[in-house]
Amino acid sequence: MISSFAWRNLWRNKLRSFVIITAVTLGIFAGIFLMAFMNGMVNDRVQTIIGTEISHIQIHRPGFMDSDLFTLRIANADSVVNVVNKIPGVSAATKRIVINSMAASAETGTGVKITGIDPENEKKVTSLYTKIIEGRYLDATGKNPIVIGETLAKKLKVGLKNKIIITVQDVNNNITGGAFRVVGIYRTDNNMFDEANVYVRNSDISALSGLDGKEAHEVAILLNNNDATEAAGKAVAACFPQLEVKDWLKISPEAGYLVSAMDQYMYIFMVVILLALCFGIINTMLMVIMERVRELGMLMAIGMNKLKVFMMIMLETVFLSLTGGVLGIVGGYFVTRYFEHAGINLYFWKEAFASMGYSAMVYPVIEPGTMIIVTIMVIVTGIFSSLYPAYKALKLNPSQAIRS
Amino acid sequence: MSIIEIKGLHKVYDGKSLPVYAVNGIDIKIEAGEFTAVVGPSGSGKTTLLNIVGGLDEPTEGEVFIDGVKITGLSGKEKTDFRMKNIGFVFQAYNLIPVFTAKENVEFILHLQGKPKAERERRTKELLEAVGLGDRMDSRPNKLSGGQQQRVAVARALASKPKFILADEPTANLDSKSTDNLLEIMEKLNREENITFLFSTHDQRVVSKARRVITIQDGVVVSDIRK
Repeated sequence: MISSFAWRNLWRNKLRSFVIITAVTLGIFAGIFLMAFMNGMVNDRVQTIIGTEISHIQIHRPGFMDSDLFTLRIANADSVVNVVNKIPGVSAATKRIVINSMAASAETGTGVKITGIDPENEKKVTSLYTKIIEGRYLDATGKNPIVIGETLAKKLKVGLKNKIIITVQDVNNNITGGAFRVVGIYRTDNNMFDEANVYVRNSDISALSGLDGKEAHEVAILLNNNDATEAAGKAVAACFPQLEVKDWLKISPEAGYLVSAMDQYMYIFMVVILLALCFGIINTMLMVIMERVRELGMLMAIGMNKLKVFMMIMLETVFLSLTGGVLGIVGGYFVTRYFEHAGINLYFWKEAFASMGYSAMVYPVIEPGTMIIVTIMVIVTGIFSSLYPAYKALKLNPSQAIRS
Repeated sequence: MSIIEIKGLHKVYDGKSLPVYAVNGIDIKIEAGEFTAVVGPSGSGKTTLLNIVGGLDEPTEGEVFIDGVKITGLSGKEKTDFRMKNIGFVFQAYNLIPVFTAKENVEFILHLQGKPKAERERRTKELLEAVGLGDRMDSRPNKLSGGQQQRVAVARALASKPKFILADEPTANLDSKSTDNLLEIMEKLNREENITFLFSTHDQRVVSKARRVITIQDGVVVSDIRK
């Protein structure tokens, strides 16, 4: 009956309850949607890092990642790829030759990372082929084709069919060079990546460097999902104890920090929203107590003990918070689900987003666990907000309150 | 044994400059089944007296026994529990819970006592019929007249089967017809069910119905007349 009493009390002053419930609803809705928005941005960034830039797991000779030494090559990379492809959780694997070098056009030159790929296998591991905005992706046709990023193309002032001179080290430690013709220009959401990475066929760069075609600096592995990273990483490492196996969190620790830091920021943001709402709720409940002094005095006079008075005030406050909270959470959920499919296009700030490596198309994502945590936070806020008003109610003297 | 026994009661409030002697040495015994009115001018100390007898206030000096139990000096929690089980309150401003129906207002005190649902419903129905509101059980206070609200308050006061009913100016907000009606019900309950009533009042119609009238002035009993 105390809970029924508290619920009915909530609707005594409908306008006042409506105002504070609306405030809570909007606050929680904004918090949920912002969390989903930021989560979507971060997820997209992480998926871009994995899908375009580094994949889930990479295998190298020990020391290669720190030094990029040309000589630190995996001798029989094809057999490594074959073994990896049989490990549970692995979607695909491919070998790469990776050389930090110089690329020069007729106008200018710059340092780039040349990645020699097997075009068909690379398609299974990274989404580079989907990022082509001009020309075509690498295939078996043509002599020394190269795919470069849009930003690099602008920097080198080259376009399709133009030549780029690549200077590399060969197996005899001599400097050698080759002319590559631009067949495709790609664009990812990361300008810095586009400026620094060019792609050629593995066979072409092997021939230029004097490699036998079986060697590679890197084996890149795509998994079925991010959750399989740890288990698959251990399985791969167990197969190749002499090689260095690193997952995306170790290769790109900033991606991992981004996920955990964003989670923390979002919860801090939600706490700030709830704290602001908390004061609104306390104010409302203090008004409620002031208006009902005589009734509270009567209740205490007829035998309602302090615990029950406290419970009644606390339940009223929690109901007030939870009504707004649930509406905000449900609203936030459905709006998020809509934009999860439709996306939010922030093309006005496309360049700014791209310079930071983010896509201007954001697909907000909300996890069920987040909804549960936010619901708990709302209930805790309700309980916390009730403490001072309930204390004020308990301090009332029944004989004075009745005559107020 | 008296239902209410007041011994050497004093209550002094701290005034702005001088102490205020609200009750200044009162000794009263009220027996079961009495229908007693406490009268006196404003500021005479009758409300303070009723508050102390009702366990809502603590005296500066003296003792109050209810059915042999000394209630002065009990802790706040013990007093709350004692009030719930032993004293029925009727207030000047009715003080019903506006979000509850008449039935729920009466039932609430039984709920506080932890009575089972069947007993709560039976007792509530009996009491509301006894005060002539059997057909208004589902009405909220704002749909009832002042007299009807006060009758619900009487039914609520009786719900816990208290040792006596303490009524602080119960007719002050009622018109003549409602006052007569309420007094008739309370007299009937007193006569037929031997329920003890203790009123404070200014109302001569209540005084004329009371079988004992205690007059207080300046915190002391100046007359105690049994009719």
